[in-house]
Amino acid sequence: MPEPTLGHYLVLSAVLFSIGTAGVFLRRNLITILLSVEVMLNAVNLTFVAVGRYLGSADGQIIVFFVITVAAAEAAVGLAIVIALFRHKETLNPDAFTTLKW
Amino acid sequence: LLFWVFGVVVVAASLLVVGQRNPLYSALYLILSFGALAGLYVLLDAAFVAVIQIIIYAGAIVVLFLFVVMLLNVSKEDAPAGNRSLLMGAGPRRFGVVLSLVLVVELAWALSNLSGTPLQPGMQEITVRDIGVRLFTDYAFAFEATSVLILVAMVGAIVLARKETP
Repeated sequence: MPEPTLGHYLVLSAVLFSIGTAGVFLRRNLITILLSVEVMLNAVNLTFVAVGRYLGSADGQIIVFFVITVAAAEAAVGLAIVIALFRHKETLNPDAFTTLKW
Repeated sequence: LLFWVFGVVVVAASLLVVGQRNPLYSALYLILSFGALAGLYVLLDAAFVAVIQIIIYAGAIVVLFLFVVMLLNVSKEDAPAGNRSLLMGAGPRRFGVVLSLVLVVELAWALSNLSGTPLQPGMQEITVRDIGVRLFTDYAFAFEATSVLILVAMVGAIVLARKETP
């Protein structure tokens, strides 16, 4: 097997991002959708670290630090919204929340 | 060689995250995925990122998810309404399938153009000290903004999830 290059890391990141995107669109469970968003965020983090390593710069890792912080905030607020929605409808199916649909 | 081991584990675990019907198992597979990803970060000489990946993601975020899954106690995804065919499904589903296929095609194109840009071994080591210095000089404003963001997220989560009591 060849030594991993920058391209290998970028392709792995793209695979992860595709998996996450597919999960967001295909799952019908709000919690699984949020977990898929976490997978997508991780794919982006991998890109940042790989390119930062390639350029020999610390910026990539600093951006990843911020991404992880924002992901934590997103998870907290998102799960709070999921709990509030579940109190209303007793379901986690996103198709059930159509009150704003015209 | 370790790259391939970790890479296969990450992809397999992420597929299982997306493929599970029970969000409990999804969250547990996500921990496996994060662990392998931390291994990849170590291979990229990014020990700091690997450590915060384990501590914050696997330690805090996934535990938060598991907490909510067990709080809501919904182990089964609702049965699909109407026909199950992927391409003939409802609008968002069909859109999702098309978008995923487009991403796979782009991926194949990227793979065919894969040039061997080697990662130079250790141009200069990026230590935690470097990251800390940059964080508190060049990125000081972003750092402070992050603290406000976390405060807002905390207040928002409490307000949203609290019981409606006058």
